Amino acid sequence: MSATVATDPATGPAGERESLLRVDNLVVEYPSKGFRARPFRALTDINISIGQGETLGLVGESGSGKTTLGRAVLGLAPVTGGKITFEGRDISHASRKQRRVLSRDLQVVFQDPYTSLNPALEIGDILAEPLGVQGKPPAEARKRVRELLDQVGLPADAIHRLPREFSGGQRQRVAIARALALSPKLIVCDEPVSALDLTTQARVLDLFLQIQQDTGVSYLFVSHDLDVVRHISHRVAVMYHGGIVEQGPADVVTRDPEHPYTQRLLLASPVPDPDRQEQRRADRHRLLEIQRMQDEQAVALA
Amino acid sequence: MTESVETSALTPLPGQGAPAGQTGTVVRSTVLKRLFRNPLGIIAMVILLGMALLAVFAHVLAPFDENFANISKTLAAPDSVNILGTDSSGRDVWSRLLFGAQLTLLSALLCAAVAIAIGLPAGLLAGYYAGKFEAVSNWIVSILMSLPGLIVLLTIRAAFGPSVWIAMIAFGILISPSYFRLTRSAVQSVRNELYVDAARVSGLSDLSIITRHIFSVVRAPIIIQTAAIAGVAIAIQSGLEFLGLGDPAKATWGVMLSEGFKNVYLTPTLLFWPALAMALTIGALVLLGNAIRDALEDGEKIKHRKKPVKGTDKRTTAAPAPARQSRYAVAPAVDAGTEHHLVKVTHLGVGYPQADGSIKKVVDDVSFHVDRGEILGIVGESGSGKSQTAFSILGLLPDTARIVAGSIQFEGNYTAAPGEDVVNQGRLSKLRGKRISYIPQEPMSNLDPAFTIGYQLVTPMVRVLGIPKAEATSRAMKLLSDVGIVNPKRTFDAYPHEVSGGMAQRVLIAGAISCEPDLVIADEPTTALDVSVQADVLDLIRELRSRLNIGVILVTHNFGVVADLCDRVVVMQNGRLVEEGTVRNILRNPQETYTQVLLGSMLEGKEPMSMLVSSTAKGAAS
Repeated sequence: MSATVATDPATGPAGERESLLRVDNLVVEYPSKGFRARPFRALTDINISIGQGETLGLVGESGSGKTTLGRAVLGLAPVTGGKITFEGRDISHASRKQRRVLSRDLQVVFQDPYTSLNPALEIGDILAEPLGVQGKPPAEARKRVRELLDQVGLPADAIHRLPREFSGGQRQRVAIARALALSPKLIVCDEPVSALDLTTQARVLDLFLQIQQDTGVSYLFVSHDLDVVRHISHRVAVMYHGGIVEQGPADVVTRDPEHPYTQRLLLASPVPDPDRQEQRRADRHRLLEIQRMQDEQAVALA
Repeated sequence: MTESVETSALTPLPGQGAPAGQTGTVVRSTVLKRLFRNPLGIIAMVILLGMALLAVFAHVLAPFDENFANISKTLAAPDSVNILGTDSSGRDVWSRLLFGAQLTLLSALLCAAVAIAIGLPAGLLAGYYAGKFEAVSNWIVSILMSLPGLIVLLTIRAAFGPSVWIAMIAFGILISPSYFRLTRSAVQSVRNELYVDAARVSGLSDLSIITRHIFSVVRAPIIIQTAAIAGVAIAIQSGLEFLGLGDPAKATWGVMLSEGFKNVYLTPTLLFWPALAMALTIGALVLLGNAIRDALEDGEKIKHRKKPVKGTDKRTTAAPAPARQSRYAVAPAVDAGTEHHLVKVTHLGVGYPQADGSIKKVVDDVSFHVDRGEILGIVGESGSGKSQTAFSILGLLPDTARIVAGSIQFEGNYTAAPGEDVVNQGRLSKLRGKRISYIPQEPMSNLDPAFTIGYQLVTPMVRVLGIPKAEATSRAMKLLSDVGIVNPKRTFDAYPHEVSGGMAQRVLIAGAISCEPDLVIADEPTTALDVSVQADVLDLIRELRSRLNIGVILVTHNFGVVADLCDRVVVMQNGRLVEEGTVRNILRNPQETYTQVLLGSMLEGKEPMSMLVSSTAKGAAS
């Protein structure tokens, strides 16, 4: 079963009819402080789409707007222009009521497992919350909570514990379980493994892959780490200064990128071998030199 | 299928202790339990409970009505009928004290209730929604707070008559800004927490987000504030009545105080009883507030500077006892043949004394050395003790930390000699900043926002190197351009908030090398930075090493950084040194299981979409 889900969407860019989420010409602007100040434009002309069971990796450096894009899809950032379509419905300006319906299919896992769980609530209450919003009776919700804990590999007695009694990796499992509670179709993952140790990161990534195999969920996977994005994504979009500079199949974008920025990004991430890293370092310096000279020529021509 | 996969994913790594909270029943000491363990809290609660009971059962306990006057028996001394005597009108003091308690406590409660009823909802709304409502309520609050309270109360007394209730409602309104501000700032601090965002994504209405996720944050401060406000209300109310503005038909402690003061030369005890009741109540309220605050502050307090009890002291080396006493004595000579190492750490153990007298070890039996021109990487996951090791070399461990074993030497001199239980600050402060410097993980929090970057670079040089300010300034400029800052002058004049994170880290590196150190300790110097900035910073450290021939200890969890920069590597786990070797040996041919597991978790070179840890997953899934 793993083969069918994994290969199907990877055959090409998600087609018109099968795409679960489409973002067209999205613009996000935040109002600036001060009278008549120009608003701050966080995202410019974003076009992405995600198919059923597909993972779109969103990679970029801090301030590139990758988190804002995830938040815009979730309705947590103001959409100034363009359109976000989920299953054919325009959700760019969904009301709180529409969001409540939408939350069955669209969920989130945040970066920081320490602040994404309310420290005052027990794990069971945290997981039951989305179920309660959808009007599930408490007995049914409790049953589902136990299933969820089992699905993310947490002990059943976690129900009556507080978030602070868990390690970072375990908390992230709780956050994943909360996102899974309503069996959504798309989960926006905002740097979900960045705060975790290497071995924990590997296990949580395994969990994401396993859940996708089992449930066919789609991910919008935001990360600054090219290795993580390469590992988990079918397709990758690279963001820079609020725009997408390059997108395509994961292995192409993360191994043989076309855009100069993606090339720089790739060569800047170090590899765990001294000699290969030395090679990469030399490649990076050479690339920076070439790009600098190209820039100078461009300036001279202009 | 799923179960088998997930349980295998949860199995702890070999040799790794079960993470806290993995299994077993939960023992959680509740706030109430901690409150009852605090003697002051118990005393305060007993007094308040006693007062409340006396007030509630005043009708049963009081032998007379509050205004029953026996004209033939004024200012009487205590006897069997009037156990506390009578006042100038012949009214029973004990009865009046009881009825007074009723009225006084109720009016204090009314005042607090009014203040909460206004301040709490307004604060919640203003904090959560911000915007116009907050702006308007801020104006109103400012107006309320600028009103002189006592004069307003006197005016209200003149307008509405001597009613205690009206006065307390007015005072409640006057004092509501304190609740408003408290609530608003508490809400603001959590308004943008991720769990509130998660609740929004779940489609929770604003009302349920406020009651479920936000109200819990303000609950505790409100309770503490109420204890204080009730005390203030009693004091203000009694003050008004003492001035003779109270309702003479009602018995309250303030009215009794006023009555007692008129007769202070005849019967001083008339003043004493209401004053005692007020002092006890207000004092108990304040103590209760403090006790609740203490109970809410997590963690038990450990007595510092306490010598470990014999028998629980698990030192791994036999430390000579006399050396421990001579803290300020000259350090003994280091072992022959090790003087040439820049830094040598031998069997180091660092521990924290616990409340029960035992010592929790965070670093255990760690040995390594660094030479000039060499970069040593300390690799490990969070909680492996790598930062604690680095801090013990810097002598920057918290006050509670103890060197429980081993020694640290720098250039052939002990900074922590065998047997010493703390790093010798006298010896180390001569080295720190001059010979040993430090590059922290979070660049922004390590620059003082109140001073310009230039000032923060120049001042240490003037102090440490003793050079004039002009020379230090030109050196700082040179350093800034050395670390790759294009426009040194602008950065020199900038405040920390005006530069980016990568720039701030360059500034800190410039600061670290400004006093020409021999050893630089870099604690995750690139973790907070973007990869391209990280690559630049690593280039910078490499270039400095070869140019200045300094030794570097690089604490990191990133094997890519290790491969890029380090000559030798030590791998740490749970405070212990797992493996040590050259960078090629460790990365290509790790001997220990833990190192293999760590390297196996790397994503580089892995088949995309494949399971990393749970190798059984594929078999189970297919």
